[in-house]
Amino acid sequence: MCGIAGLIHRGKSSNVGGEMTSMLQALKHRGPDSTGFAVYGESTPGDYVMRFKVAEAEDMASGYEISGLIADRIAQVEGRLAEHGASIKSRETATPYAMRYVISHSGDTEALARYIEDVDGAEILSLGNSLELIKDLGDATVVSDQYKLGDFAGTHSIGHTRMATESDVDIRSAHPYWAFPYNDVSVVHNGQITNYWLKRREMERKGHRFMSNCDSELLAVYTADNLANGVSLEDSLRTSIEEIDGVFTYLVATSDALGMAKDTMAAKPLVLYESDDMIAMASEEVAIRAILPQEIDTYDPYDEEVRVWQA
Amino acid sequence: MAGMNETELRALSQEERAEALGMMSEQLTGRSMQAFFEPAEDENFLYPWAPVVDTAKRAEIDADGLSATEVNLKIRELMQDGVGTVRITNPRGMHSLGVGILSKLNLEFEGSLGYFAVGLIDGPNVRITGRVGWSCGENMMAGTVVIEKNAGSTFGAAIRGGDLVCRGSVGSRTGIDQKGGTIIVGGDTGALTGFMMQRGRMVFCGNAGKNLGDSMYDGTIFVGGTIQSLGVDAVEEPLTDLDKAWLTRKLGQYDLLPGEGVEHFKKIVAGRQLWNYDNLEPSEKKLIL
Repeated sequence: MCGIAGLIHRGKSSNVGGEMTSMLQALKHRGPDSTGFAVYGESTPGDYVMRFKVAEAEDMASGYEISGLIADRIAQVEGRLAEHGASIKSRETATPYAMRYVISHSGDTEALARYIEDVDGAEILSLGNSLELIKDLGDATVVSDQYKLGDFAGTHSIGHTRMATESDVDIRSAHPYWAFPYNDVSVVHNGQITNYWLKRREMERKGHRFMSNCDSELLAVYTADNLANGVSLEDSLRTSIEEIDGVFTYLVATSDALGMAKDTMAAKPLVLYESDDMIAMASEEVAIRAILPQEIDTYDPYDEEVRVWQA
Repeated sequence: MAGMNETELRALSQEERAEALGMMSEQLTGRSMQAFFEPAEDENFLYPWAPVVDTAKRAEIDADGLSATEVNLKIRELMQDGVGTVRITNPRGMHSLGVGILSKLNLEFEGSLGYFAVGLIDGPNVRITGRVGWSCGENMMAGTVVIEKNAGSTFGAAIRGGDLVCRGSVGSRTGIDQKGGTIIVGGDTGALTGFMMQRGRMVFCGNAGKNLGDSMYDGTIFVGGTIQSLGVDAVEEPLTDLDKAWLTRKLGQYDLLPGEGVEHFKKIVAGRQLWNYDNLEPSEKKLIL
């Protein structure tokens, strides 16, 4: 089933971490396997926030050696950052296997990302000026508390609560997906993509990398490919309706925008609320009501509908 | 039946009541057969176990902090006490509220409801001041539901009777598998509206999405605005005087009659070619599909 949610404040910053936590917790019944957040905070020119992990949650129960492996992998990541001329300005650890680094870097971030992911077990969850992507097993409150998202300030956010249908229950298959290698672009999806392998092979032939077997990752890679080729976010969303086969509703966030697309069947739900100040959307109205309990007007987007909002 | 009120009817055994109502006893347990009832009988018809309620007796439930099950149980408890008008505040998009009410009741929701709102109902009059999510009124058998704002997809799926009214717009697949009753929408409807419709009527004052009436077997769809496309085996027919009279009366009943009247409405019915699909020659099948 899965649940997706998004919100964007126009021209102001808000507690998007806390708001998205409330929205996703209200959608817990749509999928308890994992929860993910993409939150967009304040950015400093030249600084990148890199969220990465060097193991899966399930690896922690695999024996005593995992701690040593994790330490070794982190050392390798830091070594490769230094080799690429990136300096680490701060380090935070939410779990033994998931890290948040603020780095200063002026080179090719895609090359840097590929070099780091070459470390065994390492995956960059997000790399951007304002994007921070957090995902782990458990419901929204568990993940939010673990990663201290309750008071995260920013302009917009997307989130996902997952019921695993197309791939395993692990962080690798959890949403959101960073639209690698396009900085600050993230994707959440509700649905099934039936031409996944066909499109995946097409993307792989172009040189794109896939970290999971989850069909939703295709939407992130597909979006990244379009954006890298100069296609606008709105056009990418519109084109996806023709080129991606299946039933899907998905949200894409960039450093200053939030977009949605719904397939030709309109078989996956989305409810929208829009005002002069903010836009909120979710698979079910209960999620919007979690942050806007007062009476509001909402509507369901129709089949093939595409919308993009600016922060 | 003539001259007998509800209380007197209840005093009779099921068989006696069936006889008094002039019906076969099995009809007492099958409201889906309501097409066989005369309107006057329908007014007095009731389930043997349904509580007797007085619509003048009112009560309120604050849904804040309650689960859907708790709210629905409270409604039933109030009905057992004879309360005939229940107002529910703070529903906040909660799912499955007001489902399975099988007798007369005035139900008022102050706010918006989530999925499966007032599904499987048989008789109550419901008013919802906000919007509803997917599958509102699914399998509704009798009664009236009026929603003041928008509704989600599969609005009125498989309804068999009653009036299901949304003053705003609705999502896709409205009235899928509809078997009777009336669906009225003040605004637009999405794709695949009336898919596999079997009986009843739908009225849309606004526009309809693509594949309207796809694979419908029977029933009638009226559209006041544009139709993106018709589905397989759905065809347009001219409006009759009877259609116009019915539309005028029905839309007027819910204050949804357009200022310009109903002359411009399009009438969509089943082409009925697919009904006889197995009897067609291969060349004819190709023409249809």
